[in-house]
Amino acid sequence: MTVTAEAPFVRLENIIKNYGAVRALGGVELTFNSGECVGLVGHNGAGKSTLMQVLAGNVQPDGGELSVLGQNESMSYGVQRALELGVRCVFQELSLCPNLTVVENTRIRHPSITGFGWRKRASLLIRSFLDDIFPGNSIAVDDLVADLTLGQRQMVEIATVFAKTTSSLRLVILDEPTSSLDHAIAGQLLAYVRRFVTEGGCVILISHILGEILSTCDRIVVMGDGRVVEERPAARFTKHSLVEAMGHVNHAPQAHQPETVVKARTAPVVAEIQPPRRGSMTLTARKGEIIGLGGLAGQGQTTLLVLLQRSAGRHISFARCSGPVAFVAGDRQTDGVFPLWSIGQNITIRSLGTMRRFGLIDPKKEREMERRWKERMAIRTPDMANNIYTLSGGNQQKALFARALASDAEIILMDDPMRGVDIGTKQEVYHIIRSEAAKGRTFIWYTTEFEELTSCDYVYVLRDGAIVSEMPRSEITEAKVLQSSFEEVAQ
Amino acid sequence: MMPNLMTPRALRSLLPAISFTVLLIGIFYVQPRAMSFMGLNLMLNLALPIALATIAQMFIITMNDIDLSLGGFVSFTACIGATLLGESPVLGVLALLACIGVYALLGALIHVRNLPSIVVTLGMSFVWLGAAILVLPTPGGQAPDWLRAIVSVKTPFVPFVIVASAIIAVGVHLFLMRSSTGVILRGAGGNPQAVARAGWSLFRAKVTLYALAGFFGVLSGLTLVGLTTSADANIALRYTLLSIAGVILGGGEFVGGRVSPIGAVLGALTLTLASSLLSFLRISGDWQIGAQGAILILVLALRTLVNRMERRK
Repeated sequence: MTVTAEAPFVRLENIIKNYGAVRALGGVELTFNSGECVGLVGHNGAGKSTLMQVLAGNVQPDGGELSVLGQNESMSYGVQRALELGVRCVFQELSLCPNLTVVENTRIRHPSITGFGWRKRASLLIRSFLDDIFPGNSIAVDDLVADLTLGQRQMVEIATVFAKTTSSLRLVILDEPTSSLDHAIAGQLLAYVRRFVTEGGCVILISHILGEILSTCDRIVVMGDGRVVEERPAARFTKHSLVEAMGHVNHAPQAHQPETVVKARTAPVVAEIQPPRRGSMTLTARKGEIIGLGGLAGQGQTTLLVLLQRSAGRHISFARCSGPVAFVAGDRQTDGVFPLWSIGQNITIRSLGTMRRFGLIDPKKEREMERRWKERMAIRTPDMANNIYTLSGGNQQKALFARALASDAEIILMDDPMRGVDIGTKQEVYHIIRSEAAKGRTFIWYTTEFEELTSCDYVYVLRDGAIVSEMPRSEITEAKVLQSSFEEVAQ
Repeated sequence: MMPNLMTPRALRSLLPAISFTVLLIGIFYVQPRAMSFMGLNLMLNLALPIALATIAQMFIITMNDIDLSLGGFVSFTACIGATLLGESPVLGVLALLACIGVYALLGALIHVRNLPSIVVTLGMSFVWLGAAILVLPTPGGQAPDWLRAIVSVKTPFVPFVIVASAIIAVGVHLFLMRSSTGVILRGAGGNPQAVARAGWSLFRAKVTLYALAGFFGVLSGLTLVGLTTSADANIALRYTLLSIAGVILGGGEFVGGRVSPIGAVLGALTLTLASSLLSFLRISGDWQIGAQGAILILVLALRTLVNRMERRK
């Protein structure tokens, strides 16, 4: 790396972004220079993706300064401006149109390909870049994207981003680019990234495969809680020091709960699941236990919970649940609340079956349940007949908990329900979960926050849909969970 | 490179043509006299406005929306064609242009306020119907002579309907499936977020598609009134469902921007022919709509079968 006197390609100063009460980015300071590859790592919710969305112009930061080549661009920065400046991004969720062919998708990414004969030009362009980046690929450019495999789609996505037309290409953001590529193809991509960087481009590489980051990048930035916590040349990191740097993100070590005594696992097994076609490890939950599901976000935890729910009262070969099940959704908007209903109705829906009188719902019993759970969960509202959206996010989540706890369910599945909930509410809910578990209910709890795992009796870590490690409460440490979450370190 | 005709993808795109051909063969078998210039002309007489309405519906479906007001809209433009357009051509043309403008505005409204198209167009269907009754309270009116002349052009060898349908199908195909603008419009239906991230305006895409739908709706109304020479406020109400059925029959899907203009026109012709076949089979009018539905289910079942073949591969 030669040190140049000119201004860095992109400089970020004190970038802030809030989503409601949640601080996604809390003052990020970073520079990206031409001719270098920067690795960006961090645990779930560290703010990596949000930061990249800011760089790509999709998200407007709430504060801070973004300058490109020494020019302050904060005022006018957006998708268009980012494209003009030569900033492009391969997003984690693919951004190809499945109903179009590879050639047509290239056209969408490159506005300059237009007019008579555009099809031929787009076809030549994408063909040459596909063959340049991934020699020996078997992708036909006239194929519909929907007909390609996931890996091939990722290759097409990468090739369309690197394809150069009239506009310049200065900075490419690769967000988990190798997640669906096999080893050899991933190697081809990383080799191409190095070539691109040598020719003066800049690449930001986000990946949870640490070996990749260490071998490809010049500099590695570790993020946590919306800030940069560590920044060093890649050569001064090892896999272990990298994992450690990510672990330090977490706030002061928590005071241990008094009841850290490990319960012997003797109670009867109430739920059991083995992820289909993914490894041989099995999850077992016993009566009265709180089971934690850890690992990086989106490694199959939610799928596991959904499968468990489906297995209740039905025969499925991978999973077994004895007793009624309730599900606490994490994504309130899509599968949690009934937006047009009152708070009370949102709570009682799961239990209407038990409140019938002559086949109709008994309003007295319904009000009774609403009142009881308003008190029990301390839901802050003057009237349970108000619409659910009059509540704050945390209180909506409490209502969803109440829905599950008020029901006859013996097994309660939780899909990262504390996302974006304030700390006070969390404490209240933890307390209720513990007391309900003591009464014999079983909780299976997917969470992306390490602290929550420490209040579980037993933790399973998932990676790529498979259970990769299990540990009782006495053995749960952040380093251990992180190590199993990241591939190579675990061994 | 010769595309393999036996792949599921090729089969799926050929399905509209196959079902059309099978139906035609069925008709010729039952009634050999239909196999003539006159016969085809009579059977497909009213196919042209349906084909145009189907194309209009297809533009809306491209963006994963649906238009329940199309029948009312076609009726309204037919009523304008039978009254205003003949009486004062300038005013008539302006009124029709305004209709297209209203469609573009609907697209804008649906995009900006993020409304469900099904609700907006359901409401609009009553507006169009009411407007049509205001323009033409009792059935009647008179199509301008030039309009009647255009739709009754005699072409040699092949009936005009077929020539015109082919021109429409190929023209829209070139625009929507082959041009670089068409790619953006279809992409906006396939993955709106990706198209927006690439720097395109979804607002413009939606307004364009709605305006195109309005334009083809107007064409449909005008050809209809040209063929029937007079209009009635209820003249085209069944076009709403016919056009949706035509798009689906022609290989289109409700979500994901998967449409085919050639398929849509073939779908419209198939639906028209289906009623002829049923008449030839002496199935009473009471049963015809049900029988048309049965044909629709049959074709869709075939398509599901092809899709399943594809998944198994």
